[in-house]
Amino acid sequence: MSPSKEITARGLAAEVRSGVRSARSVLEEHLSVIDASEKEIHAFNLVLIEDARAAADVVDAQVAAGDDPGPLAGVPVALKDNICTRGVPTTCSSRILEGWRPPYNATVVDRLVAAGAVVVGKTNLDEFGMGSSTENSAFGVTRNPLDLRKVPGGSSGGSAAAVAAGFTPLALGSDTGGSIRQPAALCGVVGVKPTYGVVSRYGLVAFASSLDQIGPISRTVADSALMLEVIGGHDRRDSTSIPVPAPDLTSVLDRGVEGLRIGIIEELSGDGLEGIAVDVKARLGEAAAALEAAGATVAATSVPSTVYGLSAYYVVAPAEASSNLARYDGVRFGLRIDAPNAGDMNIATRTAGFGDEVKRRIMLGTYALSAGYYDAYYGKSQKVRTLIMNDFARAYEEFDILLSPTAPTTAFPIGEKTSDPMAMYLNDVCTISSNLAGHPSMSVPFGLGNDGMPIGIQVLAPATDEVTMFRVAAVLESTAPAGHPAIGGVA
Amino acid sequence: MTEYTARQRISRSEVAHVADLARLSLTDQELDAFTNQLAAVLDHAADLEALDLTDVEPMIHPLPVHNVLRPDVVGETSDRNEVLSCAPSIENEQFRVPPVLGESP
Repeated sequence: MSPSKEITARGLAAEVRSGVRSARSVLEEHLSVIDASEKEIHAFNLVLIEDARAAADVVDAQVAAGDDPGPLAGVPVALKDNICTRGVPTTCSSRILEGWRPPYNATVVDRLVAAGAVVVGKTNLDEFGMGSSTENSAFGVTRNPLDLRKVPGGSSGGSAAAVAAGFTPLALGSDTGGSIRQPAALCGVVGVKPTYGVVSRYGLVAFASSLDQIGPISRTVADSALMLEVIGGHDRRDSTSIPVPAPDLTSVLDRGVEGLRIGIIEELSGDGLEGIAVDVKARLGEAAAALEAAGATVAATSVPSTVYGLSAYYVVAPAEASSNLARYDGVRFGLRIDAPNAGDMNIATRTAGFGDEVKRRIMLGTYALSAGYYDAYYGKSQKVRTLIMNDFARAYEEFDILLSPTAPTTAFPIGEKTSDPMAMYLNDVCTISSNLAGHPSMSVPFGLGNDGMPIGIQVLAPATDEVTMFRVAAVLESTAPAGHPAIGGVA
Repeated sequence: MTEYTARQRISRSEVAHVADLARLSLTDQELDAFTNQLAAVLDHAADLEALDLTDVEPMIHPLPVHNVLRPDVVGETSDRNEVLSCAPSIENEQFRVPPVLGESP
């Protein structure tokens, strides 16, 4: 284990708050790690060196004045580049937002800054969050810090890579069908998709509004708990925000799993699941055994309609995306390709501004919503979401927590799946159902595959039960086999 | 990937129509590639056809939340000039676009 794996947000904030270390020195240390390896990894679309220095100095001035900068005092954070930052380019890794500087901050950004965090940069993603490998970016691919020939997963691949490489101890991602959890699994870090509505989406550039949710990525379970406490809680500027305070998570992490009933989802882990790797199944079995040894009861269970999750998702998400992305018309912000009339200007702008995957999803969604097909595709898929919710509800009568792998395989080589969208979509097969149901789930690193790359275990909980989810995650973390030696400090 | 040559779930002309609705312009080569790729996704989604969903309600929202009305009081709003400054072209505090009706050459 490299020494830098010991660097946690919780530890850094405690040192900065008590005056043992300055926020500025914490920042400079992280900037030097970024400087050494960012060129080969490309986690960031933008590193905000001077802004970050100014923010760190503000934190240090607060400490010097005897004020408490907050629970994330001086902690460097990276933001997925679909989260709005006032006056700072927010690209969604798309050409279509070229030159755009949002006139407002996302709520999560305001909350992080108010808690003393220092924003160091905006991370790369699959354009508008559409992808599972961070290869669909207008600004080039992000590489997995643990093996530069492999993808980091996606779409929050830049954020997961930044945390795994030790660029920042914390990052924000967004998760529409697995975009926080799958890259976290592939990079050997923790990633959390909270219950829909726990974290405000105000200032998150919309992909599929009924599925999108912002969440933390970190090297430890405790750090994700800390970050979620800061960013969670009701926001009047998001009409889908749940009107309750953020859950108290850091205080429950040592409660253990004694007496908890944990179910392994057969459909997302058994032999029937297309493409699930032998080593992934082996780690899941070991995770189940570890939880049993810690006092939980573990049994296989069935959530039958999750087998329809992928199909329903690839109708619902593109349908909502086609509607959300209609706003990019070259009129009010971002790119404009001029043409003699407005209609042609719209077409020229969208054709030049969007990448292939975004075009594919817009067309798929437009088709699924078009006259004559609405009932067959979108209407049917929305009903499938009800089936999935009902099946989860039945499973949660018997179990407190459900378990599955986060992804069917470890990180795959760059370029392997780019020409076959359906093969790429199958990466999301284990994560999608939580988004369709609106439930929380998170990925916890649990040992390595036969190729030496990380494997993540997915912990699923019923709506708003982040507390139990984090208890299980903490036990998995403490019982996990050794992870990748390079996590948190590039070898 | 699977090659589709015979009957597909979506035809080349349907993809062209959808691209038109979505304000996208495709080359012939793109049209061929997208037709195959969209057909593959729709093929996968065909497993939904076997489901009997007659008595199932569509899910509109993951949680039982309700509309909330705030007091009708003016709060903080975005700065007009700051918002306008995001636009590619403005004139007289309005977004400027090329001619919309009947004026194109």
